[in-house]
Amino acid sequence: MKISADTVRHVAKLARLAVSEEEAARLAPQLSDIIGYADELQAVDLADVPPTSHPFALVNVLREDEPRPSLPRERALANAPDTDGEQVRVPAVLEG
Amino acid sequence: MAVHTVKQIMESLRRRESKPSEWAEASLARIRALDERIGAFLHVDEAGALEAARRLDGETPNHPLFGIPYALKDNLCTEGIPTTAASRILEGYVPPYSATVADKLRQAGGVLVGKTNLDEFAMGSSTENSAYKKTRNPYNPACVPGGSSGGSAAAVAAGMVPYALGSDTGGSIRQPASFCGVVGLKPTYGRVSRYGLIAFASSLDQIGPFTRTAEDAAYVLQAISGHDPLDSTSAPEPVDDFVSGLDRGVKGLRIGVVRDLSQEGLDPEVGRLVEAAIATLEGAGAEVVEVSLPHMHYAVATYYLIAPAEASSNLARYDGVRYGKRVSGDSLIDMYERTRSEGFGIEVKRRIMIGTYALSSGYYDAYYLRAQKMRTLIREDYQKAFETCDVIATPTAPTPAFRLGEKVDDPLQMYLNDIYTIPANLAGLPGISVPCGLTEAGLPVGLQLVGRAFDEKTLLAAAHAYEQLRGFEMPLPGVEQ
Repeated sequence: MKISADTVRHVAKLARLAVSEEEAARLAPQLSDIIGYADELQAVDLADVPPTSHPFALVNVLREDEPRPSLPRERALANAPDTDGEQVRVPAVLEG
Repeated sequence: MAVHTVKQIMESLRRRESKPSEWAEASLARIRALDERIGAFLHVDEAGALEAARRLDGETPNHPLFGIPYALKDNLCTEGIPTTAASRILEGYVPPYSATVADKLRQAGGVLVGKTNLDEFAMGSSTENSAYKKTRNPYNPACVPGGSSGGSAAAVAAGMVPYALGSDTGGSIRQPASFCGVVGLKPTYGRVSRYGLIAFASSLDQIGPFTRTAEDAAYVLQAISGHDPLDSTSAPEPVDDFVSGLDRGVKGLRIGVVRDLSQEGLDPEVGRLVEAAIATLEGAGAEVVEVSLPHMHYAVATYYLIAPAEASSNLARYDGVRYGKRVSGDSLIDMYERTRSEGFGIEVKRRIMIGTYALSSGYYDAYYLRAQKMRTLIREDYQKAFETCDVIATPTAPTPAFRLGEKVDDPLQMYLNDIYTIPANLAGLPGISVPCGLTEAGLPVGLQLVGRAFDEKTLLAAAHAYEQLRGFEMPLPGVEQ
């Protein structure tokens, strides 16, 4: 599969990455190489093979949802780039 | 300055011949003397290490790792100590909690001296993808230490610490151990809690030790293993006594060897050293049997779809909101994009994009789903192989350490260096790399043994037996010249 600079820009947008023209031009052949290498999987008949998402078959275990001590607010906020002292602050999400 | 094993320090402390603070000082002195040239550490906590060690000076050793200095790969969270995953996006991040492994080692009386360099977010095979510094191979400073846990491997190889922890997603413990002439163990998936390990690919990541000997690896694995309610994927399996079985030898051990590895770009010198190591084990009573892993050839392609897919999801959390770097923008989305574009290095972007592509509408079935199906076949190959053997022996890496800069512009060639280590991650199996000699050029080569799930005991005993049989001590690298 050949990956164009346009595809690189589209995928970057999906991944919330801004790539420059120069980066897109450099990444397109590299991603083509890597995806091209992965294309060898297309030649194998895998129709009846179940997928593996995890090495061992673990099942979900539920526990009671009981309140427990957690990080105090000031420590949870200590690494945030911007806060009002009580919550993290971000640019406006909704217009007007 | 003499270099010591975990076992030697443990015995010295138990005999009251030395104190924890003396070992911490010796470790810090060696880091000061050598690390400017090696570049193994991103952060050295001199004050914290000395304070912790002095507190232990008055206590009685109550754990094998009591009073022994160690280092952690910088993708393991440490409360109050900077943790960056070698990424600009986490520059200045100080975790409010510690990884379970860090807590366990602290409770055992371990003395943390610092955090080691890695490829950014553990994505790489040379440690050259660190946003902060290059790490050099102690055996040849023109060569890489391997990766992604290159800092931990180099720190142990150069004798700066007797042991260090790393993480292994596709070979990131075993390959740098091979390149740096030390022992590296990737435990079974689920053996060690991943709580507090900065996630790369959650179905593959596993934490494990770098040490000078297999026996030391057994002590460290013992201390960090076990189920953890804070990691739902940690296994509720009983933890074996890894140390007690070390001396059982290899008589009757069935070693599986895979034919036709040479087609996977194997360096002939590496091949000869590994064959000689297997012959040594055979000479001591092990039985060599031929096994077939017919889908091993597809492991790299499978891995480089599954790991980036999981990474693209795991790294979505770096958005400049709750922690880490933020670059302001005109809108929330603009802020996300600027933050992530400036915060991530090129390899991380490359992998996020491969993963996003493999998961995106129209390509999911062709790439991600096919890779998951191939993962099933690779697991089944091992199940079948372990019907006739107890461990599988291969080289750890197809080549010795390569030169800095040699593969940075060719990501696919870099990925192919992981051909022998990746299959064990896909199948969740434990693997160990043990040094089996030096090339003509003086670079270390590792023998890899892969075992059944939760059978680290057999791997450690075989590696320990090999160390007794191999007839040489790994020479210390010439870092002091």
